[in-house]
Amino acid sequence: MAGRDELFAALLQLADDHLILGHRVGEWTGHAPMLEEDLALTNLALDLLGQARAIYAYAGQVEGEGRDEDKLAFLRLELEYRNLLLVERPNGDFAHTILRQFYFAAFMKPWWDWAAVNSTDETLKGIAGKAAKEMAYHVRHCGEWVIRLGDGTDESAARMRAAVDALHRYTAELFTDTPAFKACVDADILPARDSIRPAWDATVRMVFDEARLDVPEVPFPAQGGRDGLHGEEMGHLLAELQYMQRTYPDMKW
Amino acid sequence: MKNHTPLWEVFIRPRNGLHHKHVGSLHAADASLAIQAARDVYTRRGEGNSIWVVPSAQIVASDPQAQDEMFEPADDKVYRHPTFYDIPDEVGHM
Repeated sequence: MAGRDELFAALLQLADDHLILGHRVGEWTGHAPMLEEDLALTNLALDLLGQARAIYAYAGQVEGEGRDEDKLAFLRLELEYRNLLLVERPNGDFAHTILRQFYFAAFMKPWWDWAAVNSTDETLKGIAGKAAKEMAYHVRHCGEWVIRLGDGTDESAARMRAAVDALHRYTAELFTDTPAFKACVDADILPARDSIRPAWDATVRMVFDEARLDVPEVPFPAQGGRDGLHGEEMGHLLAELQYMQRTYPDMKW
Repeated sequence: MKNHTPLWEVFIRPRNGLHHKHVGSLHAADASLAIQAARDVYTRRGEGNSIWVVPSAQIVASDPQAQDEMFEPADDKVYRHPTFYDIPDEVGHM
């Protein structure tokens, strides 16, 4: 049976994934290779931040200690963030950014699909319905780009292969369930992460085939984000992310 | 850049039953990316529920130099406007 603590811990993992990736994608705003993609990336980032916000707000209610979404998002220490290592990876070039987004969305889409229909938690069910539609577009948009870059010019194909080499080893962590998360899975609140593997494999394989990319073997996958063990880039990300709330505590728009 | 991403004209239909309206243009590598770019650039605030994109190069335009002969002849033919009728009050708003 999932207690309050387990559900809170699971929700934080979920919200942290969306916040940190949303922040990363948001770093492109004003810097994308063309105006059309600048807006597309900003839209993707806003989808993720909207999902993060809804999940943090619910997590705050579940915790019941008066922490709202801002407090949870902006006023924790690095060790307390439980996001995947994948989502905190630096943007790199456009190929890295698009591939990271594709890996994440290809996982979240079927995960939210399950939650939207089967979750016994009505709040999560509501969040899932909206998020599944948004993630379907992320898979489509980023999948199309992976195909075009992978099967494009010599340079774009080389950059796409470099992105796969750099990021694929972070994908195993997508499918790892922590004990708190498992408790919520057993209560039918959340879908098991490892149950998403076949759907994710199929999506990645289909797009990689068209993109003429190989799915690499990863002997030593990178893990640790769920335990709060982050890469060194995470500190820099948090410094920027938390700056406003730390400088002007309780600031509101 | 330009050769890889030609220009497309974007048309959006705001609601079922209305017609698609030209809203602007954008650069995209091919048709499906043009549709996605149109969605991301022109429908961020719920502007519509259907998108058309057309390669700008496929649009045939009238010659700006020929405006006089094309359009001026219509200026003094006011009788072509349906404004020379008395509409009975019972008809109400037409």
